[in-house]
Amino acid sequence: MLSTIFSADFFSAILRCTTPILFAALAASVAQKSGICNMALEGIMLFCALFGVLFTSVTGNFLTGLILTMIAGGLIGMLLAFFVLNLKTDEILAAIAINLIAEGGTVLLMLAVSGDRGSSTSISSFSAPTIAIPLIKDIPVIGNLISGHNLMVYLALIAVVIMHIFLYKTPFGLKIRAVGENKNAAESVGISSRKIQYVALILSGVLASMGGFFMSGGYMNMFTTGMVSGRGYSALAASAMGGNNPIGAFAVSLLFGASQALSNVMQLTEIPYQLVQMLPYLVVLIGLGVYSYSVMKRRQSLAGK
Amino acid sequence: MNSKNFELFRMLFSIVIAVLISLLVIFFLSDQPLLAIYYLLTGPFTSVRNFCNVIESMIPLIFTGTGVCIMFSANQINLATDGGFHLGGLVAATIVLQLSLPSGVNIVVALIAASVAGGLFCMIPALLKIKTEASEMVSSLMLNYLSLWFCTFILMYFLQDPSKGSASYKFPDNAELLTLISGTNVHIGLFIALIVAVLGYVFLYKTKLGYELRLTGENKDFARYSGINIVKVILLSQLIGGLIAGLGGGVEILSPIYTRFTWTSLLGYGWDAIIICTLARKNPLHTPLAALFIAYLRTGASVMARYTDVTLEIVQITQGIIILLVVAEQFLSGTRHKIIAREAKAALKEEEGVA
Repeated sequence: MLSTIFSADFFSAILRCTTPILFAALAASVAQKSGICNMALEGIMLFCALFGVLFTSVTGNFLTGLILTMIAGGLIGMLLAFFVLNLKTDEILAAIAINLIAEGGTVLLMLAVSGDRGSSTSISSFSAPTIAIPLIKDIPVIGNLISGHNLMVYLALIAVVIMHIFLYKTPFGLKIRAVGENKNAAESVGISSRKIQYVALILSGVLASMGGFFMSGGYMNMFTTGMVSGRGYSALAASAMGGNNPIGAFAVSLLFGASQALSNVMQLTEIPYQLVQMLPYLVVLIGLGVYSYSVMKRRQSLAGK
Repeated sequence: MNSKNFELFRMLFSIVIAVLISLLVIFFLSDQPLLAIYYLLTGPFTSVRNFCNVIESMIPLIFTGTGVCIMFSANQINLATDGGFHLGGLVAATIVLQLSLPSGVNIVVALIAASVAGGLFCMIPALLKIKTEASEMVSSLMLNYLSLWFCTFILMYFLQDPSKGSASYKFPDNAELLTLISGTNVHIGLFIALIVAVLGYVFLYKTKLGYELRLTGENKDFARYSGINIVKVILLSQLIGGLIAGLGGGVEILSPIYTRFTWTSLLGYGWDAIIICTLARKNPLHTPLAALFIAYLRTGASVMARYTDVTLEIVQITQGIIILLVVAEQFLSGTRHKIIAREAKAALKEEEGVA
């Protein structure tokens, strides 16, 4: 097993497992920065995993399929924003509702389209391609590590940089953070908090949709019911533990992705399959506890001075 | 209509809209939409068996609904009910399979153990929150998956009947809860559930601890300054909510519906509990009514799924829309405002008349 872990393949598996959580963690952090906890990530990812299959199959190419899926994700984000901001729905209950609708809706939709309620094997969809980076791919050792991953993996890594610049180096990012820090203070200097939160939630939906798209078009090559299985929730933890900033979210997603990849490898060993399945969730739970504890202690020691 | 009735009207109106949207979805998806809608709405009345099915499926919903009412009243977004219910079922199943206790005693022991397991399990997020300030919402979501895989592990390695795949050995005959109506699966658990709902109401609204609990939920700081030990109150609220959820799991697995432990995926009763809690407005006394509604809808949907091409999952969409509309404070707020204004005007006029 050790030889498996220290190989380029395993490194690539970590990236593959990290990508959906990373997209969702970025989605969670942009929403959280604007002051809203977006628990609907789970539902948005599930919906978009199915949409990815349907849209690429209808349009016949993955790029238009991806763009349509991103639009759909943005629309669900907007729907959440409408309920939370205009109709003053509790954000957690609204998210639970969207997740329920996603759980039932994806099964209904898939059944209507393919006649199968378990997986979308009968629909011929298109996955995102793997990218071989010219020149770099020829470098020994490093070439294998850097080149040859799925396009969505690279997009996720680029998204980390873009989101970091967006949130910390642009005027609009500043507005988002201002609204999240103190809504009233932001309003008092003429920022429309509703408008900002709308944009943040739509952006959050778009990012989550890319994670969902990767689930069915990269991580796997089809949609299966309930395939997101808590990744959206893990992403909430990843974002919180990363201090709700993109770089931190990336680091924690990598940890969660590694635990997922490790659990995938360990399924081939003697250890009971069910216990191995617990690993990623256990890592999130313990990580969250340790992180929150250290934050609490730090705050208490500052206050004690 | 006065402003008190209005809240009820708003809820019923939300339900009607949600059902109408679901019917619209059926219309687009189905080849025989009218037949499907007919079965969805009247399914429970097509036979005695179907009607009894409504009563059976109410039982777990009342348990988890009451549990969540208590947990949410303390303003803890603890979603571990799903896992607590699952664990309760496993513990009850394990006890009746592994310990050969005299009949009667075995059921009581199994249910108590199930309840305790659920209670301790649902207390973990609150403990974590108090000790480390970790979000109880995220930790409870992770715990649900841990519960699922842990239970599946115990099932496959300790309880599994090798001839049956992923199912335990058959429960002994004396471990089955009494059937109330012969020929159906309506069982004595119904009474346990109703008693729990009433006790939940008494606890939450008629006892000192219940009052402290609700006060803590509404305003933690105020509760603390009033001298309430909020750590104790929060822990107890999650423990009690979990006890009820665990008991529900135990009752469900020992009911005549199951003869073996077969749960290998989360059953979602924890999520259903949230809609029950929303409809019951956190009052356990109203949970049976809310559970009846959801059970009716679900039975109708399963009858529909049996005879037409529309599947059961349509109900999740209906439930989702109901939550969205019922919780949306601003939904129909214009009408509410008008009613309140009219009442105020009438009161003003009355005062002037007296003067």
